[in-house]
Amino acid sequence: MEPVLELRDVSKHYPSHHAVNGVSLHLARGEFFSLLGPSGCGKTTTLRMVAGFEEPTSGEILLNGSRIQHLKPYQRNVSTVFQNYALFPHLTVRDNVEFGLRRRAGNHIDTRVRGVLDLVQLAGKESRRPAQLSGGERQRVALARSLVLEPDVLLLDEPLSALDPNLRKQVRAELKAIQRRVGITFLFVTHDQEEALSLSDRLGVMNQGRLEQVGTPEEIYLHPSTRFVASFLGAVNWIGGVGVRPEAMRIAREPSSNGHRSRPATIVQSTFLGNCVHVDTRLSDGEPAVVEISRLGETFAPGERVHLWWEPADELLFE
Amino acid sequence: MNRLRAWFLAPTWTVVVVLFLAPLAIILGYSFLTRGVYGGITSPWTAESYGRLVDPIYLAILWRSFWIAGASTALCLILGFPLALFISRAGPRKNFYLGLVMLPFWTSFLVRTYAWMFLLRDTGLLNTALQKLGWIHAPLPLLYNDGAVILGLVYGYLPFTVLPLYATLERLDRTLLEAAADLGAKPWATLARVTIPLSAPGIRAGAILVFIPCLGAYLTPDLLGGGKSVMIGNLIQNQFTTARDWPFGAAVSLALMAIVMLLLFAIARGEGESLL
Repeated sequence: MEPVLELRDVSKHYPSHHAVNGVSLHLARGEFFSLLGPSGCGKTTTLRMVAGFEEPTSGEILLNGSRIQHLKPYQRNVSTVFQNYALFPHLTVRDNVEFGLRRRAGNHIDTRVRGVLDLVQLAGKESRRPAQLSGGERQRVALARSLVLEPDVLLLDEPLSALDPNLRKQVRAELKAIQRRVGITFLFVTHDQEEALSLSDRLGVMNQGRLEQVGTPEEIYLHPSTRFVASFLGAVNWIGGVGVRPEAMRIAREPSSNGHRSRPATIVQSTFLGNCVHVDTRLSDGEPAVVEISRLGETFAPGERVHLWWEPADELLFE
Repeated sequence: MNRLRAWFLAPTWTVVVVLFLAPLAIILGYSFLTRGVYGGITSPWTAESYGRLVDPIYLAILWRSFWIAGASTALCLILGFPLALFISRAGPRKNFYLGLVMLPFWTSFLVRTYAWMFLLRDTGLLNTALQKLGWIHAPLPLLYNDGAVILGLVYGYLPFTVLPLYATLERLDRTLLEAAADLGAKPWATLARVTIPLSAPGIRAGAILVFIPCLGAYLTPDLLGGGKSVMIGNLIQNQFTTARDWPFGAAVSLALMAIVMLLLFAIARGEGESLL
């Protein structure tokens, strides 16, 4: 099937630095795709090039197979949910949602607006102004305003980062549910690995303007292709050149046999984190290693001599 | 603490009371007295001057002042808005352009108005140049009409619209403009549906800052209107000088003040917020 959005070797160079360097990717219709990376990695610039706010220095952007990289934002059937939502403060919720519809939908406006406001659970708040809404509600207005246009791709620029942490998880679930219902392709930009892992069908990890790896959350987490990807998606212990995630390691008082890797270590301290316990240890060569263990299992005292072991299959290997 | 505050405010209070409230009280007193034969005022107390305000001659002058001030304000906004928009997006050169806007203030308003006379009069720069070029054969009547007055007022008060407009436009959240484009609005639609509505406070402030001084303008209509284009300011000046009717001059002054205050009050009520 033809990808709905395709980036071919897209670069954005500024006089001072190269924000995006040769990014190529394609999004399947209806897919939830995330671009994940630290701030300054080029993910937002990539999104802005798809939206039309920035023009690529080189490369091509294709929407439904036609080149759009030179089109103005108002000529592209993509829509953006901005990080600060960018709601029009002088307009009501209804007028914000209708903003993009005016010229297009004719007399179906009312039905479409009502439908989308039901979808994001804002029915009854049509005549409020943005200033009279909570952060979560504003975020849903921004979402509704874009969804009502039925864009080919919905672009989301860290839409959850302005919400407080408790709300964020709830909105995350809602967002995923909405995306499933409307079936619109989402291109979601975030620096939060948990968000990217939990929401995405596939994700791409960016670093210093380059796309380091693209894959499903499982592939990326379990088989990162670079050290950067491995460390950005979670903690990694580097032991003799291979990486092992803390939750893949076990602590035992005896060295393990039957094919497990095993290293002697000393307990430094244990930290109770509620759902699990993090144990800081020091390997015999002096390197630190963190092990995540169940709070229901054995406990270890600082200074105790133990053995760390893990399955060879859990080792992260890089060329 | 309160004592200290009282001392800090003392100079302001002195200025307000001695230089504003006291003269205002004197004007109020004059307006209810009878005119002296050679100017000045004399008894008895009377409200006759206020009665004369509704004379059609004076109502015509009031009407003329309103439309000249209104036209000048509208032109200032039409010319000032694009300029303010341009400066607000000029990046590092903002301050340079703002400096240019304020540059005319370095010269006295009187001198600058005289300069317009030299440009516009029959033997002035403009008419001479056009005749030399052979484009016209007789000088154009550029001076001593309403058009010249409006030109002078727009020229003089344009910076007062540009500055408040600049202040609002500069603070305008750029992502709102991106959002409008993103939702399919072309540049002109974004201007009409986002930029202009959101700069309403600046437009209001700019309009007030121009309309009120224009309404009471005296120097510009006197020099560029040449006595043909009389506005309220000239009427007041005339009453205190040639006409030697101080009570009526005082009554017109107070009437002008009352009109301005009512206007401000109406605008403030209309916006549902305090204005000044």
